[in-house]
Amino acid sequence: MTLLQPSGFIRTGARKFASAPLSAKFGMAVIILYVLTAVFAPHLAPYSEAEIVSAPFDPWSAQFLLGTDNLGRDMFTRLVFGARNTLGIALMTTILAFSIGCSAGLAAATFGGWTDQLLSRLVDVLMAIPQLIFALLLLSIFGTSIPTLIIVIAILDSTRVFRLTRAIGMNIAVLDYVEAARLRGEGPIWIMTREILPNIAPTLIAEFGLRFCFVFLLISGLSFLGLGIQPPTADWGSMVRDSATLITYGDITPLLPAGAIALLAVAINLVVDWFLHWASGLKED
Amino acid sequence: MKPIAKIIGQRVAFGALTLWIVSLIIFAGVQLLPGDIATELLGQSATPETVAALRKSLGLDVPAYLRYFDWLSSMLHGNFGTALSNGRDIAELIKPRLYNTLLLAASAAAISVPLALVGGIVAALYRNTFVDRAINVVTLASISFPEFFVAYILILFLAVHAGILPSLSDVDSTTSVLDRLIAMALPALTLAVVVMAHMLRMTRTSIINLLGNQYIETARLKGLPEWRVLVRHALPNALAPIATVIVLNLAYLITGVVVVEVVFVYPGLGQLIVDSVQKRDIPVVQACSLIFAATYILLNLTSDVLSIVMNPRLMHPK
Repeated sequence: MTLLQPSGFIRTGARKFASAPLSAKFGMAVIILYVLTAVFAPHLAPYSEAEIVSAPFDPWSAQFLLGTDNLGRDMFTRLVFGARNTLGIALMTTILAFSIGCSAGLAAATFGGWTDQLLSRLVDVLMAIPQLIFALLLLSIFGTSIPTLIIVIAILDSTRVFRLTRAIGMNIAVLDYVEAARLRGEGPIWIMTREILPNIAPTLIAEFGLRFCFVFLLISGLSFLGLGIQPPTADWGSMVRDSATLITYGDITPLLPAGAIALLAVAINLVVDWFLHWASGLKED
Repeated sequence: MKPIAKIIGQRVAFGALTLWIVSLIIFAGVQLLPGDIATELLGQSATPETVAALRKSLGLDVPAYLRYFDWLSSMLHGNFGTALSNGRDIAELIKPRLYNTLLLAASAAAISVPLALVGGIVAALYRNTFVDRAINVVTLASISFPEFFVAYILILFLAVHAGILPSLSDVDSTTSVLDRLIAMALPALTLAVVVMAHMLRMTRTSIINLLGNQYIETARLKGLPEWRVLVRHALPNALAPIATVIVLNLAYLITGVVVVEVVFVYPGLGQLIVDSVQKRDIPVVQACSLIFAATYILLNLTSDVLSIVMNPRLMHPK
């Protein structure tokens, strides 16, 4: 239970962080940098998000740090705003996916029986279609707007969250103290949120990191295909697409938004690796 | 009946059932459109008469369940209908592209599978050394990298700086075999890098897990060199999990081809589905999704069956 007391948690956390391997510290630093960029985007960027400031494809200069894109918008500005849009949308999607997946998974673990059967078979079918293909099918039907994108990806991704939550929830749901809670007449909501959830929280937190990473890569991929976040919203995936022709002239500008995506994905993986190690280590002692 | 045949039969039946439900979903998805496809195509300004005429020509005036059976039976006969955007026959549109995509996926598999096996064995042989850590970092990175990032890095180095491979892969039916292979080299390499990482890590893990067994200890005590212990004693027993993982990762090629084909302007099924989603040409998207989903289900089924067949315990029932 020490894990749940805030002061103890922070102290353990700080101590663990100090002893974390270099890779995890690097990952943390990168994530913090990205979050700060996203929060302070309007103060960091020299121009506004969709402002056309120059001729298309201006080279790197003191005025336009990373040159301009295919419409003459400042590349650096859009890269900074991209952090806000890309991360924000991916974060919203992941939170929605977790709300759906966790509640369904906990319900399946708590009630069992036909609730579990129904939800599990539904998820089996949804997972039988490759996620990107399913997303493309749904986007062609509902059109590509940001709310549609968030809902479609969240529902598709909630299937994975459901599977995990159900599987680890099941293990807890059969333990004696859950049975005790049932016998003293606690309702299903209590059992789900007070008995099961705290015990599966560390695994879910690690999964949140991985799912965020996956959602973020999927949305960037869709935007790159021109089917995700639509212009003039600055977003890394579509920025790669817009400036892609430059690569054939040996200009590395299109690699910057692509690299920004890749670096964040690596950073999250490094932190999750360390976190999983730490969480499993705590269980041992 | 032998239990193993029964288990496989059950899996195949379950695969067929899944495929049928998936076809139902792909068909029913369109029914979710507000209004229907005719009003969607004609837009707001269309008169009720034109909408009715289009509905009739698309067969939308028939009840949905009849249309579903009609659609399913024509799909099974290889008749995919006509594309909304240009009125061309979808089967004609898909055939050469499907061939191109399969060729690309096969080349990617031919590059990645042997490399992943060798890499995994090397990492297991030199585990916890510098070589292993280097392989670990590289694979972790390639799992995290989006496909287009890998693609543009390869273009930058191999096409722009070294100038040995073309950065565009526009092949058609007249392209000779050699030119086709050269044109396909970069997209195939990109896909291989993307799918290889998981296979390699899994090979390494499966082999290392086996190394704790006593018969491995015996082989070592006999004085065999470490590589021989790995290749002759550990690898055969690791083959079942490795084969499963390899087939599962080949299923990932399906997602990979979509992005990679768009980057390299390769005329395959992935590019077709992306173009069709942009044009909202729903019949084409349905046909492509069904092909992709069927391939995916088939690969998953293969992986299931492989893991059953390669499990010696199931082969000799008590």
